Amino acid sequence: MTHESTTYRHSPFRDWVADWGAAVIDSIMWLGDFGLFCGRILWWMTRRRPKRDTLLPSFYQVGVLSLPVVALTGTFIGMVLAVQSYWQFRQLGLETRLGAVINMSLVRELGPVLAATMLAGRVGSSMAAELGTMRVTEQIDALSSMGTNPIHYLVVPRVLACLLLIPALTVMADFMGAVGGYFYAVTILGIDMHHYWYNSKQFVGNYDMFSGLVKSLFFGIAIATIGCYRGFHCTPGAEGVGRASTAAFVYSFVMILVLDLVIGILLNAIYLAIWPEGARLF
Amino acid sequence: MNEARASELSTARPLVVIEGLAVSFGRQHVLRDIDLTVNQGQTLAIIGESGCGKTVLLKTVIGLIRPTQGSVRFDDREMSALPEDELARQRIRFGFVFQNAALFDSLTVGQNVAFPLRQHGRFTQQELKQKVTSRLAAVGLPDGVLGKKPAELSGGMRKRVGLARALVMDPELVLYDEPTTGLDPIMSDVINELMLRTARENPVTSVIVTHDMRTAAKVADRVVMMMPLSRIAAGEPQVIFDGTPQELNAFDDSRVQQFVRGEAGERLMEMRTSGGLALETEE
Repeated sequence: MTHESTTYRHSPFRDWVADWGAAVIDSIMWLGDFGLFCGRILWWMTRRRPKRDTLLPSFYQVGVLSLPVVALTGTFIGMVLAVQSYWQFRQLGLETRLGAVINMSLVRELGPVLAATMLAGRVGSSMAAELGTMRVTEQIDALSSMGTNPIHYLVVPRVLACLLLIPALTVMADFMGAVGGYFYAVTILGIDMHHYWYNSKQFVGNYDMFSGLVKSLFFGIAIATIGCYRGFHCTPGAEGVGRASTAAFVYSFVMILVLDLVIGILLNAIYLAIWPEGARLF
Repeated sequence: MNEARASELSTARPLVVIEGLAVSFGRQHVLRDIDLTVNQGQTLAIIGESGCGKTVLLKTVIGLIRPTQGSVRFDDREMSALPEDELARQRIRFGFVFQNAALFDSLTVGQNVAFPLRQHGRFTQQELKQKVTSRLAAVGLPDGVLGKKPAELSGGMRKRVGLARALVMDPELVLYDEPTTGLDPIMSDVINELMLRTARENPVTSVIVTHDMRTAAKVADRVVMMMPLSRIAAGEPQVIFDGTPQELNAFDDSRVQQFVRGEAGERLMEMRTSGGLALETEE
């Protein structure tokens, strides 16, 4: 084979194919690398429990400091739901059913997604920035050089904090949303309180609460693993840290929505498999 | 270096053996065919211009970077083949002084120095405090810095805290990455003295990556000079000098002598062809 036969002339089509090929290879490598990263987290999680002094700051950061913002946004989203649904329901004469709609939406969808979005913005991106700074200032290398595994020391406490505390934040978002919705619907719009709660109780069941909390667990894992992965693979410089922080939020948010859809479909299928008569409710 | 010390070092057993080492990052080749042996008790300075792969070599020795080819053996153990747990155990035998100290900025100075002790030992608060203060005193830092955060310290103090942290576990091999870079001449000499004292007072082997010729001349028993791959021919070795500091001064190679004397050499020509501003005004 002559040398000439292996050299290619540039053409827009060939460049386009090469660009797409490179993008596909990069995505596969990224997925593989992320998968290995998650595997190492799982391995270290089951191997040794992190020390109390590494767990507590993460739990404080994720649980305590996120609580006010989750509670506040939950309250407002409950009120917004009341404002937006009231006129449609009133036209049908079903305004007392507002409680069912608000609370069902909150418990199944908005509570978990809202708490997770707040956590991704507040904690996920800060994890990426913090670990990214540690990466570029060689603090992660310093940990390794002292015989401490950085995944065990830095990542496992953050993943555990998100995994264990996001259900509590979701319950808080649900609760404050219910309070906000109740306040606007009953106090401002004058809907009868008894019927508001009666309809809520009729429609919102334990499985709705359960499905919201199950989803939140997956959201918590996604936020922490993506945030930590982005931080660990931060490129040098202030720009690299900024990019890691932004990417952590964007990827986490997209992942929250994808997981919300997939787990929602799965949980509905499980519900129908266990209680086939429940189909009437949908 | 006196005669007795020289003969002692020549009979010492090898602690680090690097064979056929190559390291690449994607398409960027940094190290190629490096063969190097560091004997127990030796103080080796690796010199060379920025970008020649000195730090990469140091990080490969401790297993922070995996070799693309070849092997790094520490005390007869292949570092890249060790499982994570065993690698962590071996790393306790190392001390690594980072270029910018790499102190944990969320912890105080005291917590930084106590970090390896807390992670790998069982000590009472009293014992920890006593060990930390004695280590800090050994690098000339008072008790007053214990509660300070690294951001509150000067560059020289941070380096000394990094040195105290690296030595707190009494390592067998200490790796220094540019220990005097960015420091004033007095503080550079303080760090040189501390490295010298560490090598004299403890049974420790040291590898110092530096481009400070005063450090190489004052502290090292042996000097190795490396060249960036971009500046050598395809078959040429990357290590262009391996000998004592005295031999380095007398070595007949223009690249070595330019580095030792700190002369730009043929780089002036490169700057001329690319139209360097400083040279235009010079002429």
